[in-house]
Amino acid sequence: MESLFFFIFSGLAILSAGFVVLSKNAIHSVVALIFCFFNASALFLMLGAEFLAIILILIYVGAVMVLFMFVLMMMEVNFEKLREGFMQYLPLGLMISLILLMEFAAAAASNIFVAVTHKTDPKTGEFILDEVTKNIIPKAEPLTAQVNNAAEIGKVLYTQYMFAFEVAALILLVALIGAVVLTLRTRKDVKYQSIPKQVRASKADRLRKASL
Amino acid sequence: MIWESVQSLFFNLDGAETVLFTLGRWVLSILAISIGVALTVAYTTYMERRIIGWIQVRQGCNRVGPFGLLQPIADGIKLFLKETIIPAKSSKFLFVVAPVLAMVPAFIAFAVIPFGETTLFGYWDEPRVMTIANVNIGVLYVMAISSLSVYGILLAGWASNSKYAFMGAIRSTCQMISYEISMGFAIVTVLMLAGSMNLAEIVHAQQGGFWNWYLIPLFPMFLVFLISGAAECSRCPFDLPEGESEIVAGFFVEYSGFWFATFSLAEYAAMILISLVTSILFLGGWYAPFPFLDALPIPGTVWLLGKAAFLIFVFIWFRATFPRYRYDQLMRLGWKVFLPWTLAWLAVIGLLIYTPGLEWVLENPISDWIAWR
Repeated sequence: MESLFFFIFSGLAILSAGFVVLSKNAIHSVVALIFCFFNASALFLMLGAEFLAIILILIYVGAVMVLFMFVLMMMEVNFEKLREGFMQYLPLGLMISLILLMEFAAAAASNIFVAVTHKTDPKTGEFILDEVTKNIIPKAEPLTAQVNNAAEIGKVLYTQYMFAFEVAALILLVALIGAVVLTLRTRKDVKYQSIPKQVRASKADRLRKASL
Repeated sequence: MIWESVQSLFFNLDGAETVLFTLGRWVLSILAISIGVALTVAYTTYMERRIIGWIQVRQGCNRVGPFGLLQPIADGIKLFLKETIIPAKSSKFLFVVAPVLAMVPAFIAFAVIPFGETTLFGYWDEPRVMTIANVNIGVLYVMAISSLSVYGILLAGWASNSKYAFMGAIRSTCQMISYEISMGFAIVTVLMLAGSMNLAEIVHAQQGGFWNWYLIPLFPMFLVFLISGAAECSRCPFDLPEGESEIVAGFFVEYSGFWFATFSLAEYAAMILISLVTSILFLGGWYAPFPFLDALPIPGTVWLLGKAAFLIFVFIWFRATFPRYRYDQLMRLGWKVFLPWTLAWLAVIGLLIYTPGLEWVLENPISDWIAWR
């Protein structure tokens, strides 16, 4: 039953990913990419990683892809011209995907992924030691329903990976400021409303009694 | 004999629930909620027309049935029987899919809404939460699903291949993006006090009288959430995407018949959802305003639906009172007013929780808002 659902979701993900590349219309590509994200999120859900699944939808589908689609709709892009280079770039694309595949295999075979088993005393429930198994290819297994995903991720994110987390936040902040600086141009030739000025305006500023 | 064979379909010999029981429970609860939402939507339109009529000193619909009560049904039949026109130069597939994409998120978000607690007349020992899925990340789920509703509007505007529809779609997208962030931060302040993303847990944290509701410590956030909610489901005064005086009907100008009705259905369902979520996050969910009222034999669902109905009334009141915002003012309100306010209140709540000597503000003998400490 579970493997059936796995094959349905992963198959649909691959199909829609293919459609993203092959579709003639960019908007249709974006719709297919959104569908692909949904399937990836369903795969996360099957592993019991509901926090990741919902965050994937919230950030990628709910925010990033909306902007993507928005920009695509606003731009006038000649898609026929873009498609001319398809065969030209095919070898490069294949090479990149091959390198990625090799990297995944290498990462899986390396000693980075270790299985840590918490050994506890079966009677008292006291912690004895962490048993580390090296040289394994990690096997994804669904978590039990009792594990609160969000809380567990928060625990490691704010303790073990604090430094990496802060660095990532800083990089994002720099990107944010960069985007503001790039687009902040004060134009003098446009009519612009100053809301504080409008609010502060009183009857005395606007009305003048004319003696007739 | 027959009763026993029926019983054996749903329960094993040891009394455990069978797969058929689980499936049946799911189907029944999904049907109950979706039919309930659809009927509520129909009568919300009636309520809206009557209330606006009352505010504007006129009658509203009062011809079909007693007090016009059959009007929504007559409207539904009329729209259902009308011809659906698909524009010749539209993108046909997306044109047909867009209304469905608008409606589905509005309905599936109700899956995590807890409608109350019940022991089923003493059948269960412990009261169980009345919801389809009692998940730990309920708040995130509602946020994620409600952010999807923009796709229906965006695709409808694009697929129509019409200038006005396209402009409506673009307005809608800008609006959604600006208001979602302040809404998210308003929710974060609730999470800081409740210490859980489970909607039922958030309601439990506000038990025991209205002085325990999050409305009081988070009053500015309540206002931000309510107004952003109106913007999120593009209700007046933020109904720029359909502004009929400027862009005819906005993104659904090319739609007719039942596809047209689907968009209104989605909009009203989103409004009901926002009202329910606001009552759950800030107004104590299914708890009565005074603890002695909880002891009465009134189901908690009545209190929750009553609060939600009041908020729906407030939304309708907005519509009858305020003129439509201009577009740049709407963006300004989202980014320059609400976002700083929510960020500031985040800091205030954080300081009140952790500053030594200030704990009494949120944890005092009268009301204890911090549920996790």
